[in-house]
Amino acid sequence: MNHPGTSGLIFREPELWEKSRAGRCAVSIPGSDVETAPLNQEFTRDDVDLPELYEVDMVRHYTRLSQWNFGIDSGMYPLGSCTMKYNPKTNEAQASRDALASVHPLAGEPYTQGALKLMYDLERQLSAITGYDAVTLQPAAGAHGELTGMLIIHAYHEKNNDQRSKVLIPDTAHGTNPASVTLCGYEAVNVDSGEEGILTPEAVEAVMDEDTAGIMVTNPNTLGLFERNIREIADIVHAKGGLVYGDGANMNAIMGIVKPADIGIDVMHLNLHKTFSTPHGGGGPGSGPVGVTKALEPFLPVPIVEKNGENYTLTCDRPDSIGRLHTFYGHFGIMVRAYSYILSMGAEGLKNASQYAVLNANYLKESLKETLNLPFDKPCMHECVFNDKKQQAYHISTMDIAKRLLDYGFHPPTVYFPLVVDGSFMLEPTETESRETLDQFVQAVQAISREAAETPDLLHSAPNLTKVTRLDEVSAARKPCLKG
Amino acid sequence: MKELQDLNLPEELKYSKDHEWAKKENGNIRMGIDDYAQDQLGEIVFVEMPEVGDTFSQGDEVGSLESVKAVSEFYAPLSGEVVKINEELEDSPELVNQSCYDNGWIVEIKPDDVSELENLMDKKAYYDMLKG
Repeated sequence: MNHPGTSGLIFREPELWEKSRAGRCAVSIPGSDVETAPLNQEFTRDDVDLPELYEVDMVRHYTRLSQWNFGIDSGMYPLGSCTMKYNPKTNEAQASRDALASVHPLAGEPYTQGALKLMYDLERQLSAITGYDAVTLQPAAGAHGELTGMLIIHAYHEKNNDQRSKVLIPDTAHGTNPASVTLCGYEAVNVDSGEEGILTPEAVEAVMDEDTAGIMVTNPNTLGLFERNIREIADIVHAKGGLVYGDGANMNAIMGIVKPADIGIDVMHLNLHKTFSTPHGGGGPGSGPVGVTKALEPFLPVPIVEKNGENYTLTCDRPDSIGRLHTFYGHFGIMVRAYSYILSMGAEGLKNASQYAVLNANYLKESLKETLNLPFDKPCMHECVFNDKKQQAYHISTMDIAKRLLDYGFHPPTVYFPLVVDGSFMLEPTETESRETLDQFVQAVQAISREAAETPDLLHSAPNLTKVTRLDEVSAARKPCLKG
Repeated sequence: MKELQDLNLPEELKYSKDHEWAKKENGNIRMGIDDYAQDQLGEIVFVEMPEVGDTFSQGDEVGSLESVKAVSEFYAPLSGEVVKINEELEDSPELVNQSCYDNGWIVEIKPDDVSELENLMDKKAYYDMLKG
């Protein structure tokens, strides 16, 4: 079988303190040619417990740890909803440039003109991609972007003396949406998606009223389907004085094709770390810029980068602003990666990236729909959702299939989300996988499906080739051990 | 997961469309989730319960159950005031999986109107609903 997974020698590796031996060090420090002088006793201590190691001990330690890991640089990582695409190393190299990586946030405007120009230009690039009149780069990640957007909506209604109590959230929205709404003091009202897996104007019309601040829509939604009725839904919400929030986590499907501002979405966040080339999945940092229409611009967080002649300045002079949401100006390193990615891809390149992301997802969907159950059999966007209905006959669950994929050398997809499908198996191949890799993945899932019928125990115990095999997630959750 | 005919659905209980069971217990109503719900949720790792004294209307969200797969809410089968919660679930949430009708009960409610019990389904009606 032509798949990348095989067994290999994996090294055990103790903690650095276990390898430590008194007196060992990485470099020989030249002997002192001046007289020793005692440090002030007040500033010295004996209890600094640092390991003492040779250089080779250190190198092997971190090399071995890295070999325990699975990342996008090791193999395909089709984690639906997360956009685990390959991030070109040039963007990493730009962000590591001394002039950008070492710039100090307190250096002052005269010494940071380049950094301010980069932020100013990036805001305008993101405006061009999304169609919004203004963008803030401050939010630290996606959910922080949601909170920023909802605070802006809250401020807008407050300014109009028209504060409201509820926000509509479809069952195909991202899981963080209800939390963002609740943090702003609104009540989240669920809206069921229709039989086709997308929102219907009728369902929104039935619950939209003048006490509803707006709706939060993820488009494409978490089933990987484009919300075709979005324009009509936006009109219904606007007619009652509400606003439309767009969760841009799935922007990788529509760059250069749809501008969210054109389809009635008033405010939206982007995930730079997903769509615009920052390695992620290890918990950050991320970046969640928010774009808004003209009417909402006064409420954007401060400080804001302005251009006066040839000079870039930061201003806080926005009386209606929701205030500051982050120390300094947001996660600058992520902005550099996005800026580098956008410039190196170009407008046509970004559009192609989305087209290939959608093509690859549809290729997987069509190639696997005889093997796995496909609840919504229709063209998808950048991701598609299967489930374990066919394998249940052999008492094989989504989790078993996902774990077995590791033995074949693939990272498992997102499982048991979205909740609207029972036993979800959510694939997002992204644009960066080749036809050959996608075919290998399809063959692996087909092989696993045969194993489900013939040798189910292989799946129940999987993964079998990894350093640690099936973890006891239930005990870990019930009786967590929170210290080493 | 269990086949429908393998589900344990006691005759003497009432069932809600959201898969809670309810029964009279010393003048109060004791509730939990049924065999279908615990089987669907999988291994339950945490039960978020209301506080004694909280009041709910029939169908209100009362608390939530966290499994390794997902978090699911459970709802009040009748209107009333919480008079007792199953404190054992705090340390042993697995009781809901092991014994959903006995040791895995969740709350006891002092009902405002015990006749609301009639709004719930008997075993046959509930089983027919599951069959779809």
